[in-house]
Amino acid sequence: MTKPVMTATALERHYDVSGGWLRASRTLKAVAGLDFALYPGKTLAVVGESGCGKSTLARMVTMIEEPTAGQLTLDGEELVPDNWASHREAVQIVFQDPYGSLNPRQRIGAILEEPLKINRKSMSKEERQKKARDMLALVGLRPEHYDRYPHMFSGGQRQRIAIARALMLDPKVLVLDEPVSALDLSIQSSVLNLLVDLQERLQLAYLFISHDLSVVRHVADEVIVMYLGRAVEKGSRDAVFSAPYHPYAKALLSATPKADPGGAKERIKLQGELPSPLSIPDGCPFAPRCWKVQDKCRAERPVLPDLPHAAACFFPENGGEPA
Amino acid sequence: MALLRIRNLSVEFATATGQFRAVDGVDQDVNESEILAIVGESGSGKSVSMLAVMGLLPWTATVTADEMTFDGQDLLKIDPAARRKIIGKDMAMIFQEPMSSLNPCFTVGWQIREALRKHLKMGRQERQTRAIELFEQVGIPDPEKRLSAFPHQMSGGMNQRVMIAMAIACKPKLLIADEPTTALDVTIQAQILDLLAKLRDENGMGLVLITHDMGVVAETAERVSVQYAGQKIEEQPVMPLFRTPHHPYTSALLDALPERATEKRLPTIPGVVPGQFDRPAGCLFSPRCKFATDKCRTDPPPPLGPDLGYARCFYPLNVDERVAS
Ligand SMILES: Nc1ncnc2c1ncn2[C@@H]1O[C@H](COP(=O)(O)OP(=O)(O)O)[C@@H](O)[C@H]1O
Ligand SMILES: Nc1ncnc2c1ncn2[C@@H]1O[C@H](COP(=O)(O)OP(=O)(O)O)[C@@H](O)[C@H]1O
Ligand SMILES: [Mg+2]
Ligand SMILES: [Mg+2]
Repeated sequence: MTKPVMTATALERHYDVSGGWLRASRTLKAVAGLDFALYPGKTLAVVGESGCGKSTLARMVTMIEEPTAGQLTLDGEELVPDNWASHREAVQIVFQDPYGSLNPRQRIGAILEEPLKINRKSMSKEERQKKARDMLALVGLRPEHYDRYPHMFSGGQRQRIAIARALMLDPKVLVLDEPVSALDLSIQSSVLNLLVDLQERLQLAYLFISHDLSVVRHVADEVIVMYLGRAVEKGSRDAVFSAPYHPYAKALLSATPKADPGGAKERIKLQGELPSPLSIPDGCPFAPRCWKVQDKCRAERPVLPDLPHAAACFFPENGGEPA
Repeated sequence: MALLRIRNLSVEFATATGQFRAVDGVDQDVNESEILAIVGESGSGKSVSMLAVMGLLPWTATVTADEMTFDGQDLLKIDPAARRKIIGKDMAMIFQEPMSSLNPCFTVGWQIREALRKHLKMGRQERQTRAIELFEQVGIPDPEKRLSAFPHQMSGGMNQRVMIAMAIACKPKLLIADEPTTALDVTIQAQILDLLAKLRDENGMGLVLITHDMGVVAETAERVSVQYAGQKIEEQPVMPLFRTPHHPYTSALLDALPERATEKRLPTIPGVVPGQFDRPAGCLFSPRCKFATDKCRTDPPPPLGPDLGYARCFYPLNVDERVAS
């Protein structure tokens, strides 16, 4: 079996939030106890609703923030702030909003060459330009786009530029934080195709963050479902989508509208809303909204079993192994 | 007789670079007690066409139509005072961003009571009772307490419910919901869509649901109107629209859905939506259409009949599966 390019073990990230006037500050666990591995040429998708810790995870993986606890490795070497600088090139990120992340005053050529200027000081100007022009072709843009400014491009083209920039330093891992969420359907499909092509050609490992389950179902090899900072289910794409074990994963799938008007609708209605991340229940974090909840769920926190397809649940659906 | 009847509606904006046609010759009926979805990609004129109906466009907009009537009243000739009586009472609208429509300086309870005072001339106690009842109806827990909260103290899903409560406060005959769940998580989206469908069932109101999400359309709407570059290019009941679309654009859009994919490479639609300066002379979709001929590039196709989904196309698809109507 191929070796993972990146691993995470018991990864945590806490934030101290001030409690307001005369109140003690409290700890918010944005990510807790997360394990995963990324493989070359494979896509791990992380799904979950807003506030479940997806972007926090992305910031740790891209070495913008240090984990509070746990470990990240890249090519077998543990990532610590002292060696971040030498590893940053290998892990790049693409954000949801391609406009916000491109400097409006820079031409596309300059945008693409900037990472080389900073990180490949020995590279000649001609080499840099050649690499930028090659990259434009690779992401399906035209040679004349080299001299244009970001505002002259459509949303889909801007996302191609952001992807091109992320690839300039030949990364091994690409973090995609909602990469197609802001795009129209007709544009979304061509950007997804581009990501598939690039992964095949360059054997990139993708960490694909999304709330859109129909997109995840299309691109993912492995899936992690997060709830309030924790993985509540993990497994292969087919296993999770065809027979989710965790009641939350099942509810999330059933709430996702399907573009099939004749299809059977069996929507699980969840009670209430996501609890505040500052007051996560002691037992199972999903217990207050779960329709299967028992006393045990409120008393004890279920641990994700170490199996290929697993859920952190005492009473899983679809014949899953209880935690 | 339709509750809302629109014929040949166009909206042009005066911009620094000249006139821009955002809505182009749209016909639309909305009946009592029905859910009509308007779908289309961003910039296709979905919001502007409904803002024209509400009379909420800025002065830079020029609205023209052959007919625009609501509940028997002519919206083209109506005077501003009469319009103010209708808007917010018989015809209400909710938006994607509840925070842009709620006033941050007042409690949500004050805002909803104010709407009741203005339109229904209710007394103080009656307003409070009705406000609580409305909050219960839209599924806001602990309504008495929530009425004294400010918008920023509540989640997006709760504020969207407050917006809906305000919009239905006066039991409107028509509710226009413009991307009401786009900013929300799917589990909350499901609750809001169920709520809108329930209000339609209970009050018999017509509901116009503007969205770009084909899944939401399939699960919520009864009739669907597809917009492209300001034009309505097709309209069908929801089932045949998804099964047997007549316009090539509708068909291409459905093919691009990841959930319909049969292989890893998804079908794409080449090119982009036309802008202010490259509007084609003929069919607006012709530069991107794989079936386009010279005729399509020079002549604008008029809408076909109801049996072919009013498709603006010279070569409609699935002609053997016409809707009997
Ligand atoms: N810098 C920060 N300080 C305090 N809390 C934060 C910070 N960043 C994120 N959080 C909190 O951590 C949780 C997870 O946030 P995030 O990772 O952005 O979630 P997602 O991307 O899944 O929406 C949220 O409750 C959020 O409010
Ligand atoms: N106030 C305005 N001035 C000029 N152009 C506008 C204005 N409002 C909307 N438009 C343009 O009209 C077109 C249709 O917009 P809109 O109806 O908001 O699209 P959508 O289908 O996404 O709701 C877009 O190209 C938009 O840029
Ligand atoms: Mg995020
Ligand atoms: Mg709009």
